[in-house]
Amino acid sequence: MPVLCSSCAEKRAVLKRPKTAHSLCKECFFWAFEEEVHQTIVSAQLFKHGETVGIGASGGKDSTVLAHVMKVLNERYNYGLKLLLLSVDEGITGYRDDSLETVKRNQQQYELPLKIVSYEELYGWTMDAIVKQVGLKNNCTFCGVFRRQALDRGAMMLKVDKICTGHNADDVAETVLMNVLRGDIARLRRCTAISTASEGEGVVPRCKPLKYAYEKEIVLYAYFKKLDYFSTECIYSPNAYRGHARTFLKDLEAVRPSAIMDVIHSGENLSVREGVKMPVQGTCGRCGYISSQALCKSCVLLEGLNRGLPRLGIGKHHRLHEKILSQQPLTQVEERKLKAVNF
Amino acid sequence: MCQVDEEYNGQLEHRGAPRVSKKCVKCKENTAVLIIRAGDAFCRGCFKDYFIHKFRAMLGKNRVIFPGEKVLLAVSGGPASISMLSQVQEGLSRDAPKKLRFVPGIIYIDDGGASGQSMEERKRAVAQLESVFRATNYHYHIVHLEQVSSLPSSVLEAGSSATEKPETGLSYKAAVDHFIQTRKNQNQHSDLSVENGQSHLSSLSMQEVQNEVTSPITPEHTQALQRLFASVRTLTAKEDLLHTLRQHLILHTARTQGYTKVMMGDSCSRLAIKLLSNISLGRGASLAMDTGFSDPRYGDVVIVRPMRDYSSKEIAYYNRMFDIPSVFIPGLDTKAQDKASIQRLTESFVTKLQTDFPSTVSTIYRTSEKLHTACPPQNTNTQLSAKCLLCVCALDTKLEEFSAYQATLISEQLSQRRGQGPGFTPGGQSQGCETGEGGCCSSAKSVGIHVSCPQCIRLQCLHYCTAGLCTLSVQNINTVLILRCNPPLFGLYKVSKAFHRDAGPC
Repeated sequence: MPVLCSSCAEKRAVLKRPKTAHSLCKECFFWAFEEEVHQTIVSAQLFKHGETVGIGASGGKDSTVLAHVMKVLNERYNYGLKLLLLSVDEGITGYRDDSLETVKRNQQQYELPLKIVSYEELYGWTMDAIVKQVGLKNNCTFCGVFRRQALDRGAMMLKVDKICTGHNADDVAETVLMNVLRGDIARLRRCTAISTASEGEGVVPRCKPLKYAYEKEIVLYAYFKKLDYFSTECIYSPNAYRGHARTFLKDLEAVRPSAIMDVIHSGENLSVREGVKMPVQGTCGRCGYISSQALCKSCVLLEGLNRGLPRLGIGKHHRLHEKILSQQPLTQVEERKLKAVNF
Repeated sequence: MCQVDEEYNGQLEHRGAPRVSKKCVKCKENTAVLIIRAGDAFCRGCFKDYFIHKFRAMLGKNRVIFPGEKVLLAVSGGPASISMLSQVQEGLSRDAPKKLRFVPGIIYIDDGGASGQSMEERKRAVAQLESVFRATNYHYHIVHLEQVSSLPSSVLEAGSSATEKPETGLSYKAAVDHFIQTRKNQNQHSDLSVENGQSHLSSLSMQEVQNEVTSPITPEHTQALQRLFASVRTLTAKEDLLHTLRQHLILHTARTQGYTKVMMGDSCSRLAIKLLSNISLGRGASLAMDTGFSDPRYGDVVIVRPMRDYSSKEIAYYNRMFDIPSVFIPGLDTKAQDKASIQRLTESFVTKLQTDFPSTVSTIYRTSEKLHTACPPQNTNTQLSAKCLLCVCALDTKLEEFSAYQATLISEQLSQRRGQGPGFTPGGQSQGCETGEGGCCSSAKSVGIHVSCPQCIRLQCLHYCTAGLCTLSVQNINTVLILRCNPPLFGLYKVSKAFHRDAGPC
């Protein structure tokens, strides 16, 4: 006795939805998935009519699905948005160069303009070179910080009003767990927001339309729609701390599939006590980018890399900001501390 | 290593192997006998001082215990709560000027019925604990979990605070004076400790004899309890349910016997695990109350956790070195696999992470300290309707702004038969879960909830993930209604009242 789709009750069901455990046929699943993203966009008022939106495209499944769904919904519901693809080249051989080929194919398939910015041209360093200096443990910090700035710079070059990224429910849940484990109260408060703050010049707001879509459902969608995406993990990722949070989250999902949404729900409802010190937004002394310290994190990291002090930027370093800004040399003790590298 | 604001000392490069002949870091004279945390070596005497001092400091820093107050100690027999008991004994017996001054009582909840133990095993465990309790010379109460069926519904309400302690302005000394004054007034009027809102809570049909085991438990009671637990399908929900029932029993005992404070023996490690598992269960809104030092949600009875600064390693060392006897009683999750329940999974995750990153537990503890602990002012008229039925915390299911809760409801609706939704308007107010209004017995369908009945009223949560999570058969009006207190079951707070209205089968 074949199982019928629980939505249309006509066709045979081909998949079981990870999120709700309902059995659905292909078309109903596509419809449900796209509708949910549409509801997210409309209820959270992510876009305004006539805006130019840059889609952060890496060639992976999340950004491919995002590009596809945005295009579909833009036409179906007349958002009136001008979409374009924005990609970042970190310079990781064997990973990024392959995925960039996928992005170029996406550009042709979806007929969207594409812009690629690379770390090499922005900072003068590729991730491979950074890993050689820093080691295998803390390099995700460099990549993440640089990428955020690269996205913003690219967006400003293209003059977009908003950037949207393919962060899914699993990513947001992992971030909540990771911030609890690391004790980062400031990020804990902000990480569940669906879009970043939009005031200030030089800042392009970023949003996550796929925030409530499970990673498994994104994979199912991409598979059934036969979308073209690149599916290898970053070669440096096994040593990241996020891996622990990710394994935990996957186990949670195995025990109870709604745990992912529950974690996001908890994160949204956390309230922080008054009197806890929170960072204040200012600007960087060197590059003018937004920063909560005297120097923005990417300037600090770059300084460390250029001077051969890879541990500058990992750990507390506010006291050194003034020294760096004024180009003073660091003392022997400080230099020794910052040079230590463990592989 | 991966914490924000972490400082790197040069010592990280030159770490010598721990030597046996290390000196105690405090007195620097005696040889150290143990090492806590990363490298703090203590000798026996200094460790004892350190341990005792921490307890007193925790109570002294958060000044919530007033002198002369009756405090109920919740002891489960495990190392942390037995350690707490011995600390209280230490604190009360000292001749030092800063002697702790309160009147302690002990409560032990026997939940063998739920975890499937036989009567002989339970009697043995109870006898062992009784000998420990008698040695302390405090009043003790042994309560069986089966008695949950005779709890009144008042246990689901937050009582008004007997002593109206103002949040700001009054110093501790003034608050103590105020407390003593109120007590004097009470003692003049009646011998029972009743006051305005509390009278109806205390006048109950439960019989309790002090210092003895309560009325004997019949096998029918045990069977009813086992049926209740069997109807809950997942271990996660069972543990949740057990925790809720225990809380209710403790609360009830405290209220009837006139205790205004309850001390729980949660250690730092256990609280870190509890924090993470509560986040995974969706209880983010009540994290501060579940894991903070004081838990004021019940109003008249405040729950405090004085052991929250101790890691389980310290407690284990102390118990071993100073011969504090603890009794091991198997629970619901004993010998359960790692992935059997969310709580179990979190426990194994945190313990494994702790071995690689030794500061994990303390970081989580610090995070919990920064969360909101002030309870919103208890306005019993308006706020009463916005509390969860079971955990008496404020509901977190408001639908004004787009949230994970709303997204869940939308997904639920979109995956089901098109055209058969309950008129859900996206972005607007859903029908809500107010199925309780207008009768428990109608098969009113709201998003994900069916309330149907013939004789027994069964509440089945059709929430996608927690399908069958909380199936409860309510056989008579006095049985406590058990629901999973998480979206979307909040609205059924009024169902209990509806049950009272429609006595008997519908």
